[in-house]
Amino acid sequence: MLVEIVFWTFAVLIVLSALVAVLSKNVIYSVFALLFTFFGVAGIYVLLNADFIAITQILIYIGGILVLLIFGVMLTSNITSVDIRSGQIGVFHTFWAGLISLLVIAGISYIALSTNWATSSSHSEQKATIETIGNSLLTNYLLAFESSSVLLLIAIIGAALIARRK
Amino acid sequence: METFNFLDKIIGESILSAVLSALLPLIFLIVYALIAILGELKISAWIQERLGPMRTGPYGILQPIAEVVKLLQKEDIVPTNANRLLFNLAPFVMFTGAFAGFAVIPFSPAFAPAHINLGLYYIFAVGAFAVIGIVMGGWASNNKYSLLGAMRSASQMISYEIPGALVVLTAAVLANSLDLQEISLAQSGPFWNWFLFGGPGPWTKIWVIPFTLLLSLIFMITSLAETNRTPFDIPEGESELVGGYHTEYSGMKFAMFFFAEYANMFIVASVLTIVFLGGWNSPFGEFMSGYFWGVFWFTSKAMFIVFLQIWLRWTLPRVRVDQLMFLGWKVLLPFALVCFIVLSLYRILY
Repeated sequence: MLVEIVFWTFAVLIVLSALVAVLSKNVIYSVFALLFTFFGVAGIYVLLNADFIAITQILIYIGGILVLLIFGVMLTSNITSVDIRSGQIGVFHTFWAGLISLLVIAGISYIALSTNWATSSSHSEQKATIETIGNSLLTNYLLAFESSSVLLLIAIIGAALIARRK
Repeated sequence: METFNFLDKIIGESILSAVLSALLPLIFLIVYALIAILGELKISAWIQERLGPMRTGPYGILQPIAEVVKLLQKEDIVPTNANRLLFNLAPFVMFTGAFAGFAVIPFSPAFAPAHINLGLYYIFAVGAFAVIGIVMGGWASNNKYSLLGAMRSASQMISYEIPGALVVLTAAVLANSLDLQEISLAQSGPFWNWFLFGGPGPWTKIWVIPFTLLLSLIFMITSLAETNRTPFDIPEGESELVGGYHTEYSGMKFAMFFFAEYANMFIVASVLTIVFLGGWNSPFGEFMSGYFWGVFWFTSKAMFIVFLQIWLRWTLPRVRVDQLMFLGWKVLLPFALVCFIVLSLYRILY
């Protein structure tokens, strides 16, 4: 009962703020609406007993990506007084955007409905998810883990290279 | 499983106990903020050889209440060209982030509002809301001083999160957990078992003590920078930016920014307390330890750190932006990395 109330609160929050993010003409509203979307998704993760992913969601998406987006938007509008409102889009764009969105929705719905999800009882005993995650990262998923660290290294070197160039 | 919330034991796990668990830290926060404001006024006065507030109540101890009443009855001004929605939302986002951190702080062996396994990581993550709140307020004010202050604040907080994260990571390595209660439990016993002095172990641990001391110093510095306190208060440097991101705020909304700053001070102080000063552990081992003594030791250690923050604020001048970035990236980060590697090695060896 309580879980359902919490779930629907977060679900409504996600959908409404995502709609604001997509439909708002003012980019700054879109960016700040994303704050609530990310927060709601983190809440859903908590309900799924995925506490590590929930906190990572807050740390990476709200603390990292959103701040970066805000920086980008802020530096373009109030300082340079460039109009950053999104303009009108034509029929052609609307058609293709709609088609692709429908295909994505159909694909996700198909996967969600056809997969046999391994569900556990909702109140399983609390155990440290981080130990399990750490163990599997360094055993079964070592290649993925190491290649993502190489990716980050490339990003750092690239950033340093761009910053150095005078 | 052992419960870490005495309210759950007394009235059972229900909505009531959840609401009460959330209310207790709020009440604590209000009382703490009043004490901290008085402390700030009085300590600054003593450092500058003044008396400080003396008229309201004996020795001016009612001054913070007078300040709150004054802020409450001030006119609420929204600048004409400000973005009204975001301007009004920003103080709430800021305060939500600050208060969210209180959810996992173990005040005593028997009370942490929410007992989660990743407490340390969680406290670190919700600090992100403060950055968003500051940037939101600074941008919505439509004032170049506010915007500059917000930009400075965001870049400063992001830069200092990195050495801070390394310190937290080292603490996790030492305690073998991210659970704040377990980190506190790992340091039980007399004060030389605190991670400030290398954690529990035989006397051969002496050689790691310099590294843990250095690490706690690094965390103290980064925590000052993350709460925008002097000597790192360039986001609100009065002499150049009027008041930084909260220049345009007045009345209750300003009070919320102010309140959030004090809440953040307490959160970083309590993280330092839990990670390096043994949390709710008594410094004398079994002597004076227990559920209520836990609350006493925890709050007095954390308040001592808050006192240190206030003391530093009134004794040190403000650093420049380039000095700030130099300190963060070229001094704190390498030293934190070295400490992290050495202490990880120590954990593997012993």
